[in-house]
Amino acid sequence: MNDKLPRNEFWRLTIIGTVSFLAIWYLARFLQLAPPKFLPMPHEVIAKIIDLFHNPFAGHVLTEHMLASLQRFAMGFGLATLIGVPLGLMMGLFNWLDDVVTPLFDSLRFIAPVAWVPFAALWFGTGIGGPTMIIFAGAFPPCLINAYRGAKNVDIRFLEAANMLGVGNFRTLREVLFPAAVPSIIAGLRIGAGLGWLSLVGAELIVASSGMGNLIVRAQSALATDTVMAGMLSIGAVGVLIDILLRRIETMLLKYRQS
Amino acid sequence: MANIELSNVSRVFQRDGKDFLTLDGINLTVVDREFVVIVGPSGCGKTTCMRMAAGLEFPTSGTVKVNNEIVKAPGPDRAVVFQQFALFPWKTVYENIDFGLRSKGIELEKRKKTIAGYIELMNLKGYESAYPHQLSGGMQQRVAIARAYALDPQVLLMDEPFGALDAQTRVVMQEELVKLARKNPRTVLFITHSVEEAVYLADRVVIMTSRPGKIKEIIDVKTVREQENWDKHTKIEDVMDLESFVHLRTRIWKSLREEHAGTDH
Repeated sequence: MNDKLPRNEFWRLTIIGTVSFLAIWYLARFLQLAPPKFLPMPHEVIAKIIDLFHNPFAGHVLTEHMLASLQRFAMGFGLATLIGVPLGLMMGLFNWLDDVVTPLFDSLRFIAPVAWVPFAALWFGTGIGGPTMIIFAGAFPPCLINAYRGAKNVDIRFLEAANMLGVGNFRTLREVLFPAAVPSIIAGLRIGAGLGWLSLVGAELIVASSGMGNLIVRAQSALATDTVMAGMLSIGAVGVLIDILLRRIETMLLKYRQS
Repeated sequence: MANIELSNVSRVFQRDGKDFLTLDGINLTVVDREFVVIVGPSGCGKTTCMRMAAGLEFPTSGTVKVNNEIVKAPGPDRAVVFQQFALFPWKTVYENIDFGLRSKGIELEKRKKTIAGYIELMNLKGYESAYPHQLSGGMQQRVAIARAYALDPQVLLMDEPFGALDAQTRVVMQEELVKLARKNPRTVLFITHSVEEAVYLADRVVIMTSRPGKIKEIIDVKTVREQENWDKHTKIEDVMDLESFVHLRTRIWKSLREEHAGTDH
C-alpha cells in the first residue's frame, strides 16, 4: 500500500485531483448553487490577488499585509527557535534541567495558541507584541520538544567519544548534540512554523490592525468573498513558501550526508 | 609513567530484576608502555574491562586505577579507539582529529603541525577535508587511530578496533599499528576476538573465561618475540610462519577452546 508511485503516475493523479476540484467549483456556479457574490470563480480569485497587489484593501496593498504578518511571524518564530532549540538541547544534556522544565512545560503546552489571545492583547497590545507572543505560543512547543528528543536520541557513541576527547559541555552541545539533532530540530521547526503561521492568522483576526488575518476579516465585513478567498489563498501560499525555505535550510545543514 | 591497575574488579548488571555477574575478581596491571591484549569468548566482559579503564563504565566492587588514581570519568589522557570508530559524521577528517586538540586548548599552529604529522603517518594525505562516509572502513579506522594518538595520551584503549574491517585491510592496519607501537610506545589495553592479532600485537595476552569473566591465564609474548627477533620481519605473514608464533597461537587457541566448549562458538 505504501509503495511509492512512479513519477509520471504521481503527476497524472495530481492533475486529475486538481482538475476535478476546479471542475466541481465551476459546476457549482453553473448550477447556481450560490449567488456569484458568495462564490467567486477560481480565475476571479486569482485576478483579485493580482488586483490586491496594486489596489490597497483595509489601507494596505497585499504585499504590505504580507510583510506585516511575516514580520510578526519572524519575531515570534525566531524567538521560539532561539529559546526552544538551545533549551531543548540543554535539557537533553543535563538531567536536572529536564526535571526543572518538563513539568512546567507539560502543563502549559496544552493551552491552545488562540487561548493566549486575550492575555496577549492585555499584556503586549495589539500592535506587534501581542501577535508575536501568540505565534511564540504556537511555535515554541515543537521547537523545544524536537530539539530535546533529538538530543536524547543522539547515538551514545558520539557522546562517549566527545567525553573521551575531553570536550566540554558547551562544545558538546554545539558541535555534537546540535549537528546530530539537526534532522529532528528541522522537523520541529517545520511543525513550529506551521503552527506559528496558523496561530498568527488566528491572532490577526482578533487583535491586529494589519496583516493577512486582518485583511480577510475586514473583507468578510465588506461581504467581499473574492477578497476573503484571495487572502486565504495567499496565506496558504506563504505557509508553503516558509516550509520550502526550511527544507532548503535542512538540505544545507545536512550537506555532509550527501555522497 | 602510566599504568592501568584493575584490583579485585567485579561487575554485576541487572536484567529483568535479576543480577548477572559479568566480571568476577579481575586483577590485572598493565605497566608503563606495555601492550596488553585481552582475548576471551563473547560476553566475557573484556570490553567492560576496557571501558572501565576509560571511565565509561564503573566496577560494582573493586578499584580501577590509571596512574595510581581511581578512574572517575573519561578524559583525553586515556584515548579510546572504538570498535565502530565513532567518528563525527558532520566533521571532516581534519576536524575529527582536531576536535580533541582544540578542547585541550592547544594553539592553532601547533595543532596544524600535529594533525599534519598524523595524517602523513596514517596515510590520509589528500583526505583532510573528506567526511567519514566518503572513506573506506580502513581509512575511517585510521582517522580514529590518528585522533587517539594526536591527543598524545598516556594510555590507549582499543576495543576490537579492526573487527569491522575486511581481512586484507585488517592485516595492513595491524602492521601499521605494530610500527606505530614500536616507534612510539604507549600503555595499551587492546581487546580482540582474534588470537593471531593478539599474539602479533601483544607484549602479554590475557585469556579470559566465559561469563562470569575471570582471568584464566596471562601469556608472555614479549620475551619470546625478543628472543626470536620477530620485529626483523615487517610482514605479518612472515611472523605468523615462525615456529615460536605458531606455538603461542596454538597454546592460546587450546586455552580458549576449553572456554568455548558448551557454547555455540
